Amino acid sequence: MAIELKMPALSPTMEEGTLAKWLVKEGDTVKSGDILAEIETDKATMEFEAIDEGTIGQILIAEGTDNVKVGTVIATITGEGEEAATPAPAPAPAAEAPKADTPKEETPKNAESGTEQLAVKAKAAVADPAIPEGTAMIRLTVREALRDAMAEEMRADDRVFVMGEEVAEYQGAYKVTQGLLDEFGARRVIDTPITEYGFAGLGAGAAMGGLKPVIEFMTFNFAMQAIDHIINSAAKTNYMSGGQMRCPIVFRGPNGAASRVGAQHSQNFAPWYASVPGLIVISPYDAADAKGLLKAAIRSEDPVVFLENELLYGRSFDVPDLDDHVLPIGQARIMRPGSDVTIVSYSIGVGLALEAADQLAGEGIDAEVIDLRTLRPLDTATVLASLKKTNHLVVVEEGWPTCSIASELAMVAMEQGFDDLDAPVMRVCNEDVPLPYAANLEKAALVDVPRVVKAVKAVRNRA
Amino acid sequence: MAKAPARASAASKKTASTPSPVTNREGPRDPVPYDATPAELEKFYREMLLIRRFEEKAGQLYGLGLIGGFCHLYIGQEAVAVGLQSALDGDKDSVITGYRDHGHMLAYGIDPKVIMAELTGRAAGISRGKGGSMHMFSVEHKFYGGHGIVGAQVSLGTGLAFAHKYRDDGGVAMSYFGDGASNQGQVYESFNMAELWKLPIIFVIENNQYAMGTSVNRSSAEDQLYRRGESFRIPGMQVDGMDVLAVRGAAEAALEWVRAGKGPVLMELKTYRYRGHSMSDPAKYRSREEVQAVRDKSDALEHLKKVMLDAGITEEKFKDIDKEIRAIVAESADFAESAPEPELPDLYSDVLVEQY
Repeated sequence: MAIELKMPALSPTMEEGTLAKWLVKEGDTVKSGDILAEIETDKATMEFEAIDEGTIGQILIAEGTDNVKVGTVIATITGEGEEAATPAPAPAPAAEAPKADTPKEETPKNAESGTEQLAVKAKAAVADPAIPEGTAMIRLTVREALRDAMAEEMRADDRVFVMGEEVAEYQGAYKVTQGLLDEFGARRVIDTPITEYGFAGLGAGAAMGGLKPVIEFMTFNFAMQAIDHIINSAAKTNYMSGGQMRCPIVFRGPNGAASRVGAQHSQNFAPWYASVPGLIVISPYDAADAKGLLKAAIRSEDPVVFLENELLYGRSFDVPDLDDHVLPIGQARIMRPGSDVTIVSYSIGVGLALEAADQLAGEGIDAEVIDLRTLRPLDTATVLASLKKTNHLVVVEEGWPTCSIASELAMVAMEQGFDDLDAPVMRVCNEDVPLPYAANLEKAALVDVPRVVKAVKAVRNRA
Repeated sequence: MAKAPARASAASKKTASTPSPVTNREGPRDPVPYDATPAELEKFYREMLLIRRFEEKAGQLYGLGLIGGFCHLYIGQEAVAVGLQSALDGDKDSVITGYRDHGHMLAYGIDPKVIMAELTGRAAGISRGKGGSMHMFSVEHKFYGGHGIVGAQVSLGTGLAFAHKYRDDGGVAMSYFGDGASNQGQVYESFNMAELWKLPIIFVIENNQYAMGTSVNRSSAEDQLYRRGESFRIPGMQVDGMDVLAVRGAAEAALEWVRAGKGPVLMELKTYRYRGHSMSDPAKYRSREEVQAVRDKSDALEHLKKVMLDAGITEEKFKDIDKEIRAIVAESADFAESAPEPELPDLYSDVLVEQY
């Protein structure tokens, strides 16, 4: 019988892609290893190879089709000596997967990543007061917003350059630096060898020497090899030199859990860096904040650790359509006003907090959601003002519970907001284990909306 | 046992460094000892003597409890910093080193008073008392520290060189490190990028024979440290670091190469520290006789003095210089002892540059 060719998942986070080009036509004979098609993912254009021998039966998805979901049948192959005719589903003109025609029992059980539960599509209920009312908005992914931030700052200041692994010719391991090499050339967009300690130190030295480096770590897991320069060289220099020698550098890259990549590639380092005096630590949630805060980080005279999130890169948000959208460092943002409980989070946890708030509203609990945005310096004033109003505090953090931003906020609430607390502060964090690979365990290890809802109900005595 | 650096004999004085190994790769020209004018000889002597007397005084103040923490003295190695830095262009070149940094600052003409006041932790210190012996900087002099983590200055120095090339300002970075640091991984990460991108940098290994208490032979599979850049195609030079004229001559050959855009050079300066690794090191890992032998046979100041006497400079002159240097050092010590400590609010200043 005919073999169905399905839209492949070509990266851990890929949910859909563009069928850019067919390199075979119906009736062609193919053998294993032949390139059948080119598929564009959120990160790159990939070649799709044949695994089986046979004849191309039907091509079901035309080339140039966008948003083809992973798993959609895109063509069929008939084996040797088989009828070319196929019992294939009707060609889908749109990008939708032909659900009705794909019997469930034939679909292999997809191992759903625990990160699915992080990828909620909630959005802020109120606009950022830092953006003037009536500002026109454009829809951008976080990835594009970050790229635009770098490009704008590079246009404005020749001292700014971008350095890291695969940032130039490859266009960024996660496509964040896409197009920068074309616009700014190899002098300012520099591919490094795989040598984190070395290029982090080189960047810090270049900053001491008067440049403004943006150092990309492919992920912050690899920055562990370079943490000495981030802390001992970058963070401490201004203080140790009595204010004489600065180190204006941005260390940026994805941080936190990615999908099904296991313990060494999944960790939130925010609490580590946020504990170091001399550093600025920023961890944005949406695209507008990613852009406005990365621009601010590049302009800062202080060393900045800028923690992005791989799972958010492809998410689209409204971004102010301004020539120069820069946001203040060190200010939290109220994403959703409420009166019954304050839910504080940052990075990908903000989406969970917003989604939980929506669900809680249906149950009569009016939650205020705060996105910290900057983790050092921490905007405790905004959190405490909200606590004064709601008298209940829950912190949501995609990271370990021990010595976390959540535990820091609990201490702040105790030291400075004790009289405002009607219940103990609760934290909703990942489980206190290295992140496992198995899909069910990964799911169990990571924070999710039900856990946030449960914690809020607990502090409101509604469990 | 580590060998004390050999004093170049009269017969071999024509070349300042060990001949390069046979190789078909291009490298800097063979250096020749620097042909100094009497005025330059006097200047070198003055600077080297200032370092020695300054460090002796620092040792005394440490013993009196006026200097705390770690204090790494440069006594014995004076010819290295003086010989190399005299060849640099102070307006455009940059220098960075590790924690044994007093000598490099003095060789750059930085006021001994503010260095000594930093050692005693006073507000008038060059880092306002907040850096200490290992963390001193002078952006004005393009002296970028003063770094306490062994080997970090090599990556940072490579970044300084990157900045020179990026701005195309004609500057060269000089990054000093020890025989101990030469075993750190980031040194080789830096070598790779420096040669790959032809960065204008001179890597200087001050081989004083001991990484704290571990001799080169006990820690380094390749103990000819000038060869450590070979697998990155970085040319190496081995230089008698006890002879300031040899050092200066080698620096000129290295600078010619680097300024011509040919990429980095690795210089190994064979030298010796007379004191322990730091003030708290009793130096039991080597014999008194070994130290005394170097002092007797290879001392950089005595060697230079001989050259100067041969050039007709009188003993009277040496006495005058000595007196003058002692006065400068005494003045810096008085200043460092009497200057006030930082104000308490300074505890919180300069953590960040900006207000958020």
